[in-house]
Amino acid sequence: MQFGILVNEGPYSHQASDSAFLFARAALEKGYKVPRVFFYHDGVYNASRLATPPQDDRNVGARWSKLAADHGVDLVVCVAAAQRRGITDGVLGDNFRISGLGQLVEMGIQYDRLVTFGD
Amino acid sequence: MSDMDEMEDGSGIVKKFMFLNRKAPHGTVYALEGLEVVLITAAFDQDVSMVFTDDGVYQLMKGIDSKGIEVKDFSKTYRALEGYDIEKLYVDQASMDARGLTEDDLIVDVTVLAVDEMANLMAEQDVVISF
Repeated sequence: MQFGILVNEGPYSHQASDSAFLFARAALEKGYKVPRVFFYHDGVYNASRLATPPQDDRNVGARWSKLAADHGVDLVVCVAAAQRRGITDGVLGDNFRISGLGQLVEMGIQYDRLVTFGD
Repeated sequence: MSDMDEMEDGSGIVKKFMFLNRKAPHGTVYALEGLEVVLITAAFDQDVSMVFTDDGVYQLMKGIDSKGIEVKDFSKTYRALEGYDIEKLYVDQASMDARGLTEDDLIVDVTVLAVDEMANLMAEQDVVISF
């Protein structure tokens, strides 16, 4: 079973990215595949390396980066949504990359399930 | 559009994609950015349906003028959908009724569905993306 994940909201102000992360981690721990996570709308803010949340709280962006490093998850940020919001290659966290919406459509075509996290 | 027509993932798989539009056209960015995904999906030669429900039915309303709020008016994109072979447009009857809208108030031809018909249509889909 391959899961594609779509994250449509930014970190902290909305639970979507947290829920998506917990879902992805649980799926991977169960032996399922999560080849790619796609970040759209304000979800692109999850990719910013400039975020420095308080030390006693989770670091949403860094947590995604580590999941990608540990499990080879492809973290893709929509280029059009990113450009609107000032997310460029220069501010991307580790293991995030910027690409087009075709990467989202591909998840729908190729994977068994596409799961959306958002409002 | 010609370069978009050449997009494909190489697998030749055609799946049923439903885009569920639930939000008013302005106030949030979901309707505008959602449309971009719909157009790209059509460019991948997938079987695309669009559903408008809740405040999403306002996306298709005639006479939208966003000048006053100084936001881009993308209303005419819905009229261009046919050119991308996106012809399956559905609206939720109850959402229309609750807002005092009829088909005559909309800028494109749609199929109006009752909630059970909508549920059946949704159950047939491979991928449902909600904006």
